[in-house]
Amino acid sequence: MEGMVYRGKAHVFGDDINTDYIISGKHKFKTLDMKELACHCMEDIDPEFTVRVEPGDFIVAGINFGCGSSREQAPLVIKHAGVAAVLATSFARIFFRNAINKGLPVIECDTSGIRTGDELEVDLEAGKVTSLTRDDVTEVTPLPDVMMDILREGGLTDYLRKYGGFEL
Amino acid sequence: MGMTIAEKIFSAHCGREVRAGELVVSDVDFMMGQDGTSPLAIEAFREIGGDRVRDPSRVAMVIDHSSPSPVEGISNLHDMMRAFAEEQGLKLYDVGWGVCHCLLPEQGHVAPGDIVIGADSHTTTYGAINVFSTGVGSTDLAAAMLTGKLWFRVPHTLRLELGGRLAEGVYSKDVALYLAGQLTADGATYMAVEYAGEVIDSLSVEARFTISNMAVEIGAKAGLMRADDKTLEWIHGRVSRPFTPAEPDADADYQEIREFDLDGLTPQVAEPHRVDNVRAVEEVEGVPVREAVLGTCTNGRLEDLEVAARILTGRRVDPRVRMVLATASRQVLMNGMKSGVIQRLIEAGAVMVAPGCGPCVGTHNGVPADGDRVISSANRNFKGRMGNSSAFIYLASPATVAASAVAGKITDPRRMM
Repeated sequence: MEGMVYRGKAHVFGDDINTDYIISGKHKFKTLDMKELACHCMEDIDPEFTVRVEPGDFIVAGINFGCGSSREQAPLVIKHAGVAAVLATSFARIFFRNAINKGLPVIECDTSGIRTGDELEVDLEAGKVTSLTRDDVTEVTPLPDVMMDILREGGLTDYLRKYGGFEL
Repeated sequence: MGMTIAEKIFSAHCGREVRAGELVVSDVDFMMGQDGTSPLAIEAFREIGGDRVRDPSRVAMVIDHSSPSPVEGISNLHDMMRAFAEEQGLKLYDVGWGVCHCLLPEQGHVAPGDIVIGADSHTTTYGAINVFSTGVGSTDLAAAMLTGKLWFRVPHTLRLELGGRLAEGVYSKDVALYLAGQLTADGATYMAVEYAGEVIDSLSVEARFTISNMAVEIGAKAGLMRADDKTLEWIHGRVSRPFTPAEPDADADYQEIREFDLDGLTPQVAEPHRVDNVRAVEEVEGVPVREAVLGTCTNGRLEDLEVAARILTGRRVDPRVRMVLATASRQVLMNGMKSGVIQRLIEAGAVMVAPGCGPCVGTHNGVPADGDRVISSANRNFKGRMGNSSAFIYLASPATVAASAVAGKITDPRRMM
């Protein structure tokens, strides 16, 4: 994840997008095949999402993204659907942690000016989101060092393989 | 300044004074995964290169979300859990034991002052007995199984002081729903909640579990209560190891303190498709329902069954309503058979499924039809939650569920008392 700079299109969702909407319980219990599950990403609130999304795009949302259950399948299906990162005004805490643990960048910033289709550049190390469409820059709430380190390794499993335990 | 319950528990585990906002690495006293999350945890454990679980006596896996299995894919994931539990010598609660959040306290795995993680968001439940318990994902569970530890940010605390006396027909579920409505789905994000006041003091331990269970519905990391005499009496005979409850200081440094006077609170209902979309039952009465669910980790304990049975005794579930009963554990089921409460519920027209989560999480055991309205004692009413995104879920207390099942429409339970 060198440099951690991403460029892609925004897909805008509202507030309080819960993990049942990201991946429904009726699907997620059946398999560990995330490619298969990724076909159902956002199905109940936006059935066309997996058709429209292109590799490297962003999910952009309002407050409390990822609320609800602790299912790690939620960040995993987002990642397997090709989404490069999720930007939201705020995140529910279990989802936030799970996303980092699975190497999916989650960016807390003011998303109110972003519209579906906007071209964005996210620079995680520099902590900024640039809208190439609207030509403005938004500051990102910085991650704690431990989370940046986990993200740099691509997720918690690789982090633990390298460090053997948590280093604060 | 003094310390909150959360700060006290983390300080005791870290061997030094730690305050809200600090990042710490702490021992985990007990950890749990269920069948929706354990398979990924086992996979992550292997990927990290894990060979042995650090302390198998601190781990339990529970098959409750799809139990017994409805399809072969799930059956095979269950077998993966069985094989891992046997290999590692850890406790497996197989099909029939019940819901993880009822089992962990019931079977004496968690004690006041503990730090507990569970790969399930409603792990906040044990806060009712003074446990700092919080939901995590599968990979965090894998990390904790391997190292015995996890990193945490010591949370700030929102203290909720609940004054007044609950009227007849009003229960702890109504309190939990009311608070969700007032505070909203992200009202306590990143924070621990401390529940206190005469309403909490007056409740049984079983009723308190309902409130801490729903702490996560306002975004909280934990839903803590102090351990009083009722708690210690409840713990007695279940937990055999020594433990140290954490008492908040009178001058603890809270992020915020909010007071609610619950005198005059009426039964509450969360309308579709949000848990914080809450109204007084009077405003929702008359909505026709086709399914009624009694059970789950929120309200599937003996007391909940008794509340429902008092309304159902001598009455019948409306023939157009399927009333599904899922006790929260085998123990609850056996106690309910002994007391006769199960008999009364079945006689009134309820159908019983295995102890577990099925009806609540949409895996099996009561998936509604398109357009169906469901009244449920569960904790979530998201679109699609019960397995059909064209159905509508209303959340309420066991009393409101029972009264609505009888009337075939959402009904104020006080009409049947």
